[in-house]
Amino acid sequence: MIKANTMMPVSVSRRRFVQGLAVGGVLATFPHIVRAGSAFNDNAFTGYATELSGKVIDLTIGEALVNFTGVVRKATTINGSIPAPTLRLREGDEVTIRVTNTLSVPSSIHWHGIILPYQMDGVPGMSFRGIMPGETFVYRFTLKQSGTYWYHSHSGFQEMTGMYGALIIEPKAQDVIAADREYVVQLSDWTDEDPHTVFRKLKVQSDLYNFNQPTVQDMLRDITDRGLDAALAKRQMWQQMRMNPTDLADLSAAVLTFLMNGSTPLANWRGLFKRGERVRLRFINGSSNSFFDVRIPELKMTVVQADGQNVHPVTVDEFRFGPGETYDVIVSPQADAYTIFAQSMDRSGYARGTLAVAEGLHAPVPALDPVEWLTMADMMGNMNHGASDSHSHGHSAMAHGNGAEDHSQHGAMAIDHSQHGPAVPYAKASSTVRHASTEYGPSVDMRVDMPRTNLDDPGIGLRNTGRRALTLADLHSLDGIIEPGGPEAEIELHLTGNMERYTWSFDGLEFSKSTPVHMKHNQRIRVILQNDTMMTHPMHLHGMWSDLESDNGAVQVRRHTIPVQPAQRISFLTTPHDVGRWAWHCHLLFHMDAGMFREVVVS
Amino acid sequence: MKTANVTLTLSLLALACTVALSPGVAAQNATEKPPVPTHSGMDHSKMDHGKMDHSKMNHAEQAVDHSQTNPSDMDHSQMDHSGMDHSKMGHAEQAVDHSQMDHSEVDHSKMDHTEMNHSEMTHAEQAVDHSSMDHSTMNHADMQMQGGKAPANARDPHAYSNGYTLTDGPYGMADSRHLKHGVEHPQWSVLGDRLEYNADSEAGELELQAWYGTTYDRLVLKTEAEVSDGKLEDSSTELLWSHAIAAYWDGQLGLRLDQVADGTNRQWLALGVQGLAPYWFEVDVTAYLGTGGRTALSAEAEYELLLTQRLILQARAELTAYGKDDAVNQLGKGLSSLGAGLRLRYEFSRQFAPYVGVEWHNKYGNTADFARLQDASTAETSWVAGVRFWF
Repeated sequence: MIKANTMMPVSVSRRRFVQGLAVGGVLATFPHIVRAGSAFNDNAFTGYATELSGKVIDLTIGEALVNFTGVVRKATTINGSIPAPTLRLREGDEVTIRVTNTLSVPSSIHWHGIILPYQMDGVPGMSFRGIMPGETFVYRFTLKQSGTYWYHSHSGFQEMTGMYGALIIEPKAQDVIAADREYVVQLSDWTDEDPHTVFRKLKVQSDLYNFNQPTVQDMLRDITDRGLDAALAKRQMWQQMRMNPTDLADLSAAVLTFLMNGSTPLANWRGLFKRGERVRLRFINGSSNSFFDVRIPELKMTVVQADGQNVHPVTVDEFRFGPGETYDVIVSPQADAYTIFAQSMDRSGYARGTLAVAEGLHAPVPALDPVEWLTMADMMGNMNHGASDSHSHGHSAMAHGNGAEDHSQHGAMAIDHSQHGPAVPYAKASSTVRHASTEYGPSVDMRVDMPRTNLDDPGIGLRNTGRRALTLADLHSLDGIIEPGGPEAEIELHLTGNMERYTWSFDGLEFSKSTPVHMKHNQRIRVILQNDTMMTHPMHLHGMWSDLESDNGAVQVRRHTIPVQPAQRISFLTTPHDVGRWAWHCHLLFHMDAGMFREVVVS
Repeated sequence: MKTANVTLTLSLLALACTVALSPGVAAQNATEKPPVPTHSGMDHSKMDHGKMDHSKMNHAEQAVDHSQTNPSDMDHSQMDHSGMDHSKMGHAEQAVDHSQMDHSEVDHSKMDHTEMNHSEMTHAEQAVDHSSMDHSTMNHADMQMQGGKAPANARDPHAYSNGYTLTDGPYGMADSRHLKHGVEHPQWSVLGDRLEYNADSEAGELELQAWYGTTYDRLVLKTEAEVSDGKLEDSSTELLWSHAIAAYWDGQLGLRLDQVADGTNRQWLALGVQGLAPYWFEVDVTAYLGTGGRTALSAEAEYELLLTQRLILQARAELTAYGKDDAVNQLGKGLSSLGAGLRLRYEFSRQFAPYVGVEWHNKYGNTADFARLQDASTAETSWVAGVRFWF
């Protein structure tokens, strides 16, 4: 532990800021000194999460000091640690979780991806009042599912200042995923600044943290390499539309330090294994505002679970996930040490950890990939003929010889671009783009008229790496999705925003101006989400599953958080089995707080 | 004559930032080079391939060569492919080469693909080579991705609410809405665009803008002031209500107060627009109505060129014009003055950047005459040094 008053250097070097201090690593090396902290400790425990299990759990929300970059800052913590304790519960159990708030402001805990009564969902002002200062709120619910999930505050920016932890639900029967050893790998992003200030600065200058902007240097390089015409043409559309082709993240390593299990890259979180073991890694993106591209150089990962739901195993080199998403992978490490490398989507920094056979070993840390400009497909969607710099869109309905897609369930289904006929209503998602009347005002800076609908695109920055990256098209629920009947209604919503004004919304209406989306209790509904922005949005619907459909209408995989890429139009089916008011939002915390948030009423 | 001067100055300014400007010229040039086939001008918005039937097509093993095809000037506008069926098409192993195609003037404007059926197409191992296709200069202008008016059949954003609101309806929390997000709290900012020393006039100048409010409605304060020998010489202060009127534009309405050291103070009603024009020009144009039937117009444009991530060249130009002479304040009717400046700043942080620059300023018409009567210069070019900051 560090004493606050001895650890406040006057200035912090850039390297130190980005990579952080090795302090967390000290704690990780001696986990026995880490105990379930009480909120009254001065210093937070970082770099290691204790595990709590059973049917009754006590959690305490409080403040504690942390030092990730060389400066001491105040964090909001659960049981005094970052990450919060890992809760290991059992499917079928009714659990009682008593949460005491010792902060001077209201707080809350949301159980991300858990199906439960709405009063237990933990969204203040919607599902309950929130947990007032000094109050203890008792969450009680029965676990109807198993897998890897997480929990976090849903109040203000508390999630960003440390309130997140893993939630693992063991299956009632034997786990179909066999592993000799397992680790939770929870990624997050920390800022030394007050998140309110960071948010306000984005309202002033939304590209404030982007240090990969197009420059004259880039222009000269393009002229040299490709000629003046090509260099100008490459820029014309962006300039004309006042859009930035490197607008890949609102926050970057300029203001964030990326953490793996609460450890900075220098602190280097470590997981040990024995050669020949099958190791299960439960990856959780618990960050507030960062997409990560995760890989373990020299080691293939077999994805076996997405958002807590088992999937047909698919082996990849890399996967991208946004805040709220989880992926479980199996690895079979043979060498002495490997680096778990999670670069941020904007390539400004990374979180890093090590898998090794012994303490003290480590593997090389790869360089960050170069920044790739967004393509025309990211801006305009399906350009019919395929843009030259994207290899995988526009042909989505066609079977490619080498594709690993399974079309067997819908082989006979007519892939029919016509409007749904009267015979089978809602057989397939409507392909007619219908912009809302409120998308034509100051809140919206672009609309997509020809969205792309294919799911087999790993996204910007992962298309030309030579590495096999996971796509949504790879994911198929293992047990099938058993819901009676087809969709009886269809809802189309567009994800919208204005980067210059830094405002985000559904259909051009920020939450404060919106009305709820009504869903009939137990009715199967199709939801179409079209992304009319140039950023990827991880869309999280509380209280019910989002059963993602392929672009030819087959239900494919069950998720609680679906990333929607720029100019992409996706659809999912959902059956709300629990009445109440539920939150539905982009899980980029600042997008949610800027208005990309809707209320759902199930009745 | 005066107009010509304006144009000339603005052209010079534009020239200064030529590197980043990418006008339509580029698009025209690109289409003239055969190895870079383009689809300029294509508009597929109304294609109708409704009922195409390609079911018996078999391209297997044939070598389709389109390399000499030049469908320029094709007009597909009345094409109707209704009934086409591609379902049994097999492209196995064919070698389609489209690399020399030029579609630059194809017009597909009325085509409709809504009922095409590609369901059983297979491209197994085909070698379709689109690698040298270049869509970068496609003209999709008609699609209108930005702005515009909502069509009559636009979707009602409240259609799914069943009449419920955030406070009314089942399971709502009683009384007022409890959930408030960050964006619902007022935000604020202060920008000191210029805080500088002018070597020629040996005066300090300040241009400052501050705002307080929400995303769409803000109280805006704009101040320009000149300080000489520690004394405030002239200043102009505007207090405006700023309201978002389009994605990139705010309409502004309020008051302007001019404080003049050697002259008479003036008060004005101000009405203007401020925003971001295509190609990233920051623009601020305001019309003023003063006492005694006075009118004035001011326009300001700024452009920023990133030499590196932190070294930034800012070009700015401003224009003022008056509706009638104001002899006391030595301002003449018509175009009164033009100014242009180049400032090179280094952003130690995005919020703090010292700069050096050069500022040119010229008086015109009666304003210039008033200056001559005072034996003052009508044109000046001077070095400036200062800091740009915001918080």
